[in-house]
Amino acid sequence: MSCRCRVRGVTPERHSRILQCMKRILVAIKRVVDFNVRIRVKPDGSGVMLDGVKWSINPFDEIAVEEALRIKERGGAEEVVVASIGPADCQPQLRTALAMGADRALHVETTEAIEPLTAAKLLLKLVERESPLLVLMGKQAIDDDNNQTGQMLAALWNRPQATFASKLELTDTTARVAREVDAGLETLEVDLPAVVTTDLRLNEPRYVKLPEIMKAKKKPLLTLKPDELGITLTKRLKLLKTEAPSVRKKGVMVTTADELVAALKQRGVLS
Amino acid sequence: MSRVLIVAEHAAGKLSSATARCVRCAGQLPQADITIAVFSADGAAAAEAARLEGVNKVLRIDAPVHTHALAATIAPQLAEIARGGYSHVFGPSTTFGKDLMPRVAALLDVPQLSDIMAVESEHRFRRPVYAGNAIITVEVDEPLIVATVRTASFQAVGAGAAAAPIETVTPSVALPTHTRFIEVSAPSGDRPDLQAAARVISGGRALGSAENFQLLYKLADKLGAAVGASRAAVDSGYAPNDLQVGQTGKIIAPDLYIAIGISGAIQHLTGIKDARTIVAINKDGDAPIFEIADIGLVGDLFKILPELEALL
Repeated sequence: MSCRCRVRGVTPERHSRILQCMKRILVAIKRVVDFNVRIRVKPDGSGVMLDGVKWSINPFDEIAVEEALRIKERGGAEEVVVASIGPADCQPQLRTALAMGADRALHVETTEAIEPLTAAKLLLKLVERESPLLVLMGKQAIDDDNNQTGQMLAALWNRPQATFASKLELTDTTARVAREVDAGLETLEVDLPAVVTTDLRLNEPRYVKLPEIMKAKKKPLLTLKPDELGITLTKRLKLLKTEAPSVRKKGVMVTTADELVAALKQRGVLS
Repeated sequence: MSRVLIVAEHAAGKLSSATARCVRCAGQLPQADITIAVFSADGAAAAEAARLEGVNKVLRIDAPVHTHALAATIAPQLAEIARGGYSHVFGPSTTFGKDLMPRVAALLDVPQLSDIMAVESEHRFRRPVYAGNAIITVEVDEPLIVATVRTASFQAVGAGAAAAPIETVTPSVALPTHTRFIEVSAPSGDRPDLQAAARVISGGRALGSAENFQLLYKLADKLGAAVGASRAAVDSGYAPNDLQVGQTGKIIAPDLYIAIGISGAIQHLTGIKDARTIVAINKDGDAPIFEIADIGLVGDLFKILPELEALL
């Protein structure tokens, strides 16, 4: 780890000043059920089956890690810090991000299910600690599909947000972000520091090579508890029931365009 | 009583159908009293919002800064208005609403519900998780509930008998200058709006090229349909991103959906499964799209497309 200001005999105040002076990107990642796993609802309605499933970095977050690394590799940042909130089991995902090239990891350890607002409050504490110029994370996690945490963090931090990014360009003081919106591509310019959430077309994450995985084992990973960060976990949403979605009835097969048109007319879709 | 505040989505002075769908959802709350907030430069969409059936009041917040909707500038004002005794604040689960509503919720220090697809009671809602592979019922015990409404789950309300009163308000909050609109890409031609269209024709990777993708437009014209695309087709550069239908694109519920050369990844199916009639044309009879199609046709799309066009 290198820092432009060389300070020895570091007091906590000075340490925080050292942290301040470094151009740093904080990337928040979430451990989720791998996107290839077929999700099945438990018969008792208490949730989905998670026993023995494969876990991965949320794909949108992996794109966020990749983008941070690319910014650092072009000289736009000096350090990439990855952070995750969850049980001890989410450390393999942090190690994967370290193997991709992140410099160090922060793990906020809790076995509680974390709501987006709580995640945003925890991340704000990490932001205050790390003073990043940019916070990156996926636009949504593919488990709860909430699409909230980045926006909430930006609100609590009172900083700009640029969601659904498909292109990101940094200057010393601003970010120019192309966003995938319903109307097409929208470009915003935001002052730094800012929160940017990533969409699928921003980049293609790199493959991790074995030597990198070995190296990542030695990279720093700091575990913190929510109460050490001054956050009391509260549950404000009550999950009552989980059900399988209703399935559509099996349809009919036709063999020619004529039959297709006839079938549509029969259903009253075409006149 | 439920006092519901809905943030209007609009473009070029026209109200989006997403707003009328939010009104339908809000109307399912007990004794709903519905207010629509219209943030714009000149209040152009306010009159249209006032005519929606079930709307009790429209608030106009006019400012040049609202020429282009920015979450950073709307959120503090919407939050300030919401503090005035509302029980629910709704926005559509479009990119506009998804960007805005979590920021509003955080400013109000309340959780947010995403993509509500059914209203069970004032405090209880159903929403999809895991790309629609599971549906959860959630209860929120808060005096103020902020949510995005899954627009595909609710029909748009029509015009009511009388227009609701329109009131101009100026929330007293400082607006940030840290976020600036630069540009938005030109819309993809003069086509029906994908999210509002009654008929949609989508193309997938099997179209093979951007030129071939154009074949869909002729058929779409015959049917008065909007054109959509699978993620694979967008990623391959056959179609622009605003045509993408599916989990990470647009979630739609047209009367007729025709999937052409789309295999039907789960993320795509999530975006279309509320369509009334789904037609699939694909050369692979085992493609997952046929599992949810009402009418399936296995064959070469380059042969079938012109045949269909001739028949319509």
